[in-house]
Amino acid sequence: MKKFKLSFQIGALFVFGMILLAADHIDAPAVEGTSSDITDFYAFQGDSDKIVFVANTQGLLSPMATGDATFDEDVMIEFNISTDGDATEELVIQAIPRDGKMYFFGPTAATGNTGTSGTVQATADFTSVDITPYGDAAVIGNNDNGIKVFAGPRDDPFFMDFARYGEIIGGMATSFNDPGADTFAGTNVMSVVIEVPKSLIGGTGSINTWVETKKK
Amino acid sequence: MKYIRIFSLAILAMLAFQSCDDDESTGGPIVEVAPDVSGTYVLADQMGRPAINTVFVSADNKNDFNTTVPSQQAAKYGEAFGDRLRALSPTFSTDDDKNLLGLNATDFGNTLATDVLTVSLDGLTTFASADLSTVLTGRQLTDDVITTELTLIFGGETGGEVPTLSDDNVDANDKAFLTTFPYLAAPF
Repeated sequence: MKKFKLSFQIGALFVFGMILLAADHIDAPAVEGTSSDITDFYAFQGDSDKIVFVANTQGLLSPMATGDATFDEDVMIEFNISTDGDATEELVIQAIPRDGKMYFFGPTAATGNTGTSGTVQATADFTSVDITPYGDAAVIGNNDNGIKVFAGPRDDPFFMDFARYGEIIGGMATSFNDPGADTFAGTNVMSVVIEVPKSLIGGTGSINTWVETKKK
Repeated sequence: MKYIRIFSLAILAMLAFQSCDDDESTGGPIVEVAPDVSGTYVLADQMGRPAINTVFVSADNKNDFNTTVPSQQAAKYGEAFGDRLRALSPTFSTDDDKNLLGLNATDFGNTLATDVLTVSLDGLTTFASADLSTVLTGRQLTDDVITTELTLIFGGETGGEVPTLSDDNVDANDKAFLTTFPYLAAPF
């Protein structure tokens, strides 16, 4: 039997001092807990001819805190899409709130927006939706292109025994528990969701995609 | 006189209704105007694959990683990611040690450092299918991404080399997802 040293007891390097959480939950000290703080990103096939993009922000919202959570009007959530297999985007979808509504611009050309700063493509087609208030049924926006959009609080879909992971990394445990405990159970996030026809993002093949928050 | 006035009003009303009909026939109410969204917006945070920054980037570098565009991440962080894999996992002791994807620490580190999600437009989109026959074609809400990543870090060539570290044994969300848009479950 292979006996290995608990090399993660090389503690100092691996003690992610920041108590809490993961995915990208708790990986952004500069923006932690703010509306620029991305907790998660998903992209999957919805209807067979569409792709759904999900960006979650402001993680670990308790039910009590969720009613007060808002989207910041100075923060743009930008989905980036590379259609040619590299890590530079050709297309962007930009979501930004104004007066209780979320506006999703695009998909549109990423020209001028491929660096660390950019602007909202205000002349692009957009789809808008009322931001769903906490406790209300999900409000869905549509446009003639077949795009659907949503913005508002959702149950955090992320699940992980992050507490135990921290103990392992910190040298206080040597294995995961079975069963584990979902550290994110019972918490909410602020989500933006957009479902887009594949024809608008390259049609066929595969894309590389990631999400950014940009702040004014 | 009165009749002419009424008649004029009737004509005006007809014309007004006429133009309303024209609007409806072109697809709906008055076209919505975009609000003022002018200004310069600066990169604050970003994400491609789950947990990458959390696991692989030291506390000192997290903000820098978040404000480095993906096309420049491998050059800056690829080597550090490889080093972190070697330090973290006993299954990456030599350059010949590989994971289930057939990648050693150097190559896996370089792959992960460019933090983007690959998504197929042609079929199944998943971070990893149950039998691992399809991997990295997207990320569904139900995908157990953490166990997949732990397996790729701690599982060795077979995926089963260190089972106690390759699965956190939390394999589903605490609330069922929706089968229709917006797919995410209502908040607690």
